[in-house]
Amino acid sequence: PMGTDMAQTRHRCQQMLSLSHRAFFWLVSLLLSSLIWFIAVKASDPRDEPLQRGLLIFGVMFSVLLQEVFRFLYYKLLRKAIEGLVALSEDGCSPISIQQMAYVAGVGFGLMSGAFSMINLLADSLGPGTVGIHGDSQLYFLTSAFMTMVLIFLHTFWGILFFHGCEHRCWWEIAAVVVMHLAVSGSTFCNPMYVGSLVPSYSLMAITAVWAYLLSGGSAQNMRRFLLCKS
Amino acid sequence: GSCQGNSVERKIYIPLNKTAPCVRLLNATHQIGCQSSISGDTGVIHVVEKEDDLNWVLTDGPHPPYMVLLDGNLFNRKVMLQLKGTSRVSGLAVAVAKPNPPQGFSPGLKCPNDGFGVYSKDYGPEYAHCNQTVWNPVGSGLSYEDFDFPIFLLEDANETQVIKQCYQDHNVPRDGSGPEYPLCAMQLFSHMHAVTSTVTCMRRSSLQSTFSINPEIVCDPLLDYNVWSTLQPINSSGKVDPDKEVIMVASRIDSHSFFWNIAPGAESAVSSFVTHLAAAEALHKASDVHLLQRNIMFTFFQGETFDYIGSSRMVYDMEKDKFPLRLDNIHSFVELNQVALRNGTALWMHTDPVSRMNNSVEVQVRNLLDILSSSSMEGRVTLQEAGFSQPLPPSSFQRFLRARHIPGVVLTDHQTAFQNRYYQSMYDTPENIRIQYPEGLSPEETLEYVTDTAKSLADVATVVARALYRLAGGANNTSAIQADPKTVSRMLYGFMIKMNNSWFQSIIKPDLKGILGDVPQHYVAVSSPVNTTYLVQYVLANLTGTVVNLTKEECLNPEKTPNSEKEMYDYAWVQGSLDPNSTSRVPYCVRSTVHLSKALSPAFELRQWGSTEYSTWTESRWKEIRARIFLVASKELEIITLVVGIIILVFSLLATYFINAKADILFSIPRDPGAVAY
Repeated sequence: PMGTDMAQTRHRCQQMLSLSHRAFFWLVSLLLSSLIWFIAVKASDPRDEPLQRGLLIFGVMFSVLLQEVFRFLYYKLLRKAIEGLVALSEDGCSPISIQQMAYVAGVGFGLMSGAFSMINLLADSLGPGTVGIHGDSQLYFLTSAFMTMVLIFLHTFWGILFFHGCEHRCWWEIAAVVVMHLAVSGSTFCNPMYVGSLVPSYSLMAITAVWAYLLSGGSAQNMRRFLLCKS
Repeated sequence: GSCQGNSVERKIYIPLNKTAPCVRLLNATHQIGCQSSISGDTGVIHVVEKEDDLNWVLTDGPHPPYMVLLDGNLFNRKVMLQLKGTSRVSGLAVAVAKPNPPQGFSPGLKCPNDGFGVYSKDYGPEYAHCNQTVWNPVGSGLSYEDFDFPIFLLEDANETQVIKQCYQDHNVPRDGSGPEYPLCAMQLFSHMHAVTSTVTCMRRSSLQSTFSINPEIVCDPLLDYNVWSTLQPINSSGKVDPDKEVIMVASRIDSHSFFWNIAPGAESAVSSFVTHLAAAEALHKASDVHLLQRNIMFTFFQGETFDYIGSSRMVYDMEKDKFPLRLDNIHSFVELNQVALRNGTALWMHTDPVSRMNNSVEVQVRNLLDILSSSSMEGRVTLQEAGFSQPLPPSSFQRFLRARHIPGVVLTDHQTAFQNRYYQSMYDTPENIRIQYPEGLSPEETLEYVTDTAKSLADVATVVARALYRLAGGANNTSAIQADPKTVSRMLYGFMIKMNNSWFQSIIKPDLKGILGDVPQHYVAVSSPVNTTYLVQYVLANLTGTVVNLTKEECLNPEKTPNSEKEMYDYAWVQGSLDPNSTSRVPYCVRSTVHLSKALSPAFELRQWGSTEYSTWTESRWKEIRARIFLVASKELEIITLVVGIIILVFSLLATYFINAKADILFSIPRDPGAVAY
C-alpha cells in the first residue's frame, strides 16, 4: 500500500508540477517577447501608424516563435525528468507516460494564454459600458471569449502533436505546429472581421483535434464504440 | 489615474475632462446642491434643446432613467423642478449657453443673505425679507435647491459636440419607433459625504476626530481671510486709542454660481474690489495723508456671499477685542457694491432708514452724504441718493449696523433692483460689464489696453477717494487725487481674464508662482487663502506700499532689523519684473500696511453649529468627481452572453466526465517501446 501510495503521490505531483511549470514557461516566453516588442516600440516613432502596425505584427510573430522554442525546451526538461523518475522507480517503468505529460503541458500552456487574453477584458466588462462608441463591433466580448476558447484547445492539441513529433523525430509534425500557430495568430489581424479569424481557427482546431486523437491512440472504431455505447 | 487606460478601456469609455460639478453645501438647517450614488449614476443620453424634448424624458421614452443634456437657455427653475420631481432622470449635464441668455439668469435668491443682514422682525420689519424692494428679481433660487441627482456643467463646446454626435448616431428614434440598443449613455460621479445640515456633519466630523485614529471628516466650513490695510500705519498687534477715529471702506471679493469653482463674479465682486483698490492707490498718492485727522481702513471681505462670513467675523473680533480696532473707533462706513453697470452717470447712495430716525445718526449720515455729493464729477459721475424709504441692499455694512448704529453709505449702480441680470451665475463674465478688447492683441497688449469700463470704474474710484479725503479731514484741493485707469484695466484683466500676466507675476512672492495658473474665479472655498485673497493682498501692497532698500534676509526677518517697526508694517519679498533681455527677475522688498485677518464664521469658533445669528455654511467632502460616456448593451444581449457561457461550461464538464469514464474505450495504449523502457 505504501508503495502504491508513493507512486500515486509522485504521479500526482508530476502532473501538477507539469501544469504549473508549463504555465510558468509560457509566461517567461511572453515576458521576453513583450520586452522585445516594447523596446522596438519605444525606439520607433509612435505617430507612424503603418510602422506601429508592422511592429505589432512582428511582435506577435516573434512571440509565437518564442513560445514554440520554450515548448521545445520544456519537452527537453520533461524527458530528463522522466528518465530520473524511471531511475528512481522500483520496476523500471515510468509512472506517467510522455503523452500524459504532453497533454497536461498543453493544457497548462493554453490556460495561461487564455487567462492573459481574458483577464483584462473581464475586468473592463464589469463596468456599465460595452465596446462600440468608437465604431468597434458590439460583439467584442463574445468573440474574444470564443477566440480564447479555441486557442486553449489548440494549445492542448499542439502540445500533444509537438511532443509526439519530438519523441519520434517527426520534424514535419513540429513544423506543422509552428505554422498552424503562426496562421492562427496572424488570422487575428483580420479582426474585427471575425469571419476571417474565428472560422479558420475553429476549422484548424477540428483538424488538430482529430490528428491529436489519432496520435494518442484513438481510432475511428474506438470513436464508434464510444458513441454507440453511449446511445 | 496617472497610467494610461489600457486599450480595452479606451475602446469603451470616452472621459469628459472639462466639466464642473455641482457640489453639496450645508447650513444650519438645510442641504443644497447635488448628490450622486456612490458608484456614479448612469443613464441613457437625451438631448433637450426645446421644451417639447422634455416629454420624451418625463413620459414617453422607453429606456429610463435618462441622463439629460440640457441646453443652457433651458436651465431655469421651471424645467429644473420638472426634472427634480421625476424618477426617470438619473443626472443632468448643462451645456453653457453662448451667448449669455438674453433674459438674464441668476440661480441666487431673490433676496440674498436674507435673515443675516440687519433687517428682521425687531429692526425695520417692513424692510425685512425684501418686502420693500426685491433686489434680485431675476433670481430663481436654483443654487439653494437640493437635487438628488448629479448635475455637471460642460464647459468645452467640443466635448458637448462629441456627446451630441453620439446621441445622433445611436439614440435618435427612427421611423417612429424607439431607438435600438446599443444606446449612448453617460455616467457621472459626484458622491458627497455630508448629509442633512451643518449640525449633523460637524457633529459626525467631531466624533470622528475625537474617537478615531484615522478620522473621516465629512464637511469643512467655508473659510478664508479678509484683507485689510490702513492709510496711516497702526499697531496691528496692539489696540488703537479709543479717541482715534477711523473711516472704514469695504467691498466683497467673492462670488458664487451653481457649479463648484466657477464664479467669475465680474459685476458682483470684481467691479467693486477693483474700484476699491484703485481708490486706495489714489489716496496713498496724496501728499498729506499722514496729517489727516482720521485714519482710513480699506477692508476686503471674503465669504460675503454666504451670509456675510468675513464681515460677521470682523465685527465679532472687534466686539471681543481681538482686533486692533473696536467698533467705537469707526467714525463712518463707506461700502462699494456693484458699480460697473451705471445707467448714464448716476451712482446711487443707499442708507439705512431705521438708524437715521435717530437724530445724532441722521446728522452724521447727512454730513456723509453731502461730502460724497460734493465730490461728484461733472458729466462723469453724479452721486444721487437712493431715497429715504428704501432699505440697504445686501452689504457687509448691514453686519456692522447690527452691532452699532454707525453712519454709513453703500454705493451701487442700481437704485432699486440690481442692474446685474446674471447675479452670482456663471454668466457674470467680463462681457456682462461691457469689457471688449479689439481683435488680434497679444496678451501683453491686452493687459495694457484701457477699456471704457476701466475708465468708468476709475472715475468712480476718483470720486470715492476724494470723498474719503474730505471725510478724513483733508483740507487741500482734491483735484490732485485721481485714480489711474491704466491700473484699473490691468487689474480687470488680471482678475477676470488671465491671472498669469506679467504684472501679477512681478508683484507676488517667488514661492507663490503656482497660484497664477487657472481661469480666474472667486469662490471662497474651504482651503485658504484662495488665489483671489493672495492677489488682492499683493496688489494692495504694491499699490499702497513703498519699496524699501532691504536685503532678502532683512526683508524676510524684519524683527532683526532695527527701525523696522514690525507691528506697524508688513514686509514682503516679491519677485519683481523680468529684465527685458534676460530670464531672471529683480526681486525687491515692499513695505505696506496690508494684513490678513481670519474670515471663519463665529459659529464655528463658538461651536454653535445651528446658529441663526452667524453664517453656518459648510462644504461637503468627496472622493472622486468625474464624467464619462459610453455605449450600453441591451439586457437581452447580456443575458444571451451569460447563458451561452453557462451552456458551454456545462457541456464541457459533461464531455470531460464522459471522456474520462470511457477513456479505455477511446484510447488504446500504443505499443511504443521508446516511451516506457530505458
